[in-house]
Amino acid sequence: MINLKEVIETNKMIQDENLDVRTITMGVSLLDCADSNLESCCANIYAKLLRCAGRLVKTGEEISREFGIPIVNKRVSITPAALVGASCCRRPEDYVEIARTLDRAARELGVNFLGGFSAVVSKGMTPSDELLIRSIPEALAVTERVCASVNVGSTKTGIDMDAVRLMGEIVKDAAERTKDRDSFGCAKLVVLCNAPDDNPFMAGAFHGVSEGDAVINVGVSGPGVVKYALSLIPGADFETLCETIKRTAFKITRVGQLVAQEASRRLGVPFGIIDLSLAPTPAVGDSVADILKEIGLAHPGAPGTTAALALLNDQVKKGGVMASSYVGGLSGAFIPVSEDQGMIDAVEAGALTIEKLEAMTCVCSVGLDMIAIPGDTSAATISGIIADEAAIGMVNQKTTAVRIIPVVGKGVGDSVEFGGLLGHAPIMPVNGFDCSRFVGRKGRIPAPIHSFKN
Amino acid sequence: MKKAIITVVGKDTVGILAKTCTYLAENGINILDISQTVVQDYFNMMMIVDMSGASRPFGDIAEGLAKVGESLGLQAKCQKEEIFEKMHRI
Repeated sequence: MINLKEVIETNKMIQDENLDVRTITMGVSLLDCADSNLESCCANIYAKLLRCAGRLVKTGEEISREFGIPIVNKRVSITPAALVGASCCRRPEDYVEIARTLDRAARELGVNFLGGFSAVVSKGMTPSDELLIRSIPEALAVTERVCASVNVGSTKTGIDMDAVRLMGEIVKDAAERTKDRDSFGCAKLVVLCNAPDDNPFMAGAFHGVSEGDAVINVGVSGPGVVKYALSLIPGADFETLCETIKRTAFKITRVGQLVAQEASRRLGVPFGIIDLSLAPTPAVGDSVADILKEIGLAHPGAPGTTAALALLNDQVKKGGVMASSYVGGLSGAFIPVSEDQGMIDAVEAGALTIEKLEAMTCVCSVGLDMIAIPGDTSAATISGIIADEAAIGMVNQKTTAVRIIPVVGKGVGDSVEFGGLLGHAPIMPVNGFDCSRFVGRKGRIPAPIHSFKN
Repeated sequence: MKKAIITVVGKDTVGILAKTCTYLAENGINILDISQTVVQDYFNMMMIVDMSGASRPFGDIAEGLAKVGESLGLQAKCQKEEIFEKMHRI
């Protein structure tokens, strides 16, 4: 039987160490909503989202109340919209109409974000993919809750450099069209390589074509819990350090598994995966950077950071995998800058640069995330950054992503406030040497040799 | 049996158990086990209860209990047992 000590431990994690379930994300296939008429397609999308996810928010709140665990976000991900709109969208404006429909549905459902205004163009773009991509800046400017993502490469296919080049321009354009809101549009846009089909986290969530009609995916969190556990064993050897992270990750993930199974049962929708992630928020004590500091670094960015992060990422997976029947998504430690107070401090102290963050993305769960850069950064430079991240993902067979915000009208020394979970960020300097002749080349980078496993 | 865990945490005072138990009795909830301890000057009590005869939905019971706790200057929670079971047992 459960004893008092265990009950106190669990409730202390929730109350003092910010343990929460970060998101219940319902994936919904919209493939059956396609129509050659735009109006009918939009009507189908709206009806299906309300039919499938109508009870999502209420159910999440009930589970939260009954188990006494905060469930921070309830969200929806959809089939990449470029597939759904392919037969009815003739112009980028048509895709903007789909985005508006998605936004309306998200508002009606009460979810704070809806992901999947996406195109998967790892090898090449169809005309529909390109239309969707070209509609992204306007779509993000006129909607509130829609998130967009574009997958530009994979280990199996190589990198579509035409898409990479285009995305540099799209990121710039998205920044320009939301310049009155500190270029906020870019915070809802992510460029991925090796994007998973079942990621519950925004902005990169979409419901891939390998998925069923609807599915429940859950993203756990809890960097504060790991940090606290490590603070009890100062100076311990690596074995003890790793064991402690593993045990803590196990406990965190078990809560996610419980919530996922409950949500799946109550909504009558199959359980997909648990995403074992340490996802920080700007709240004090909810920071991945603080864990790195607890491991022994003055600030993230100090020599040793990549090794410490690699260790952390691996132990989180090892502990979490056993706690859940299905693991997927991004799974690992997230290292966004604006969403993690410890990362912001590190940038302000001069300890953390984009180049070091790039190295860290080789061993963390995703990539360059929520990084504000000067508004005058060129589209080619942004494409260069995207290409570098995609190459890391492609060669290391991992998911990588770029979510950077070239804040119009701001430069190094300024800072930017996005609010809420997205936090605030100092503008980081970018290497200004030109790469336009490289990204200007047409075509794609071939798949790496180790992708040929047949 | 629908087991739930009730926890009451805060500065020790007269009548904590009496008020909590009265509330539970009024709502048809059976107490299976009680344990308590003092951690860092804080009173910690845990009850394992059976909610299968509860007269109201779980959420309402939990809300009412929180109010009873507040009236004593304490934090009172009612949570389904599984969250503890899952976290601490393989």
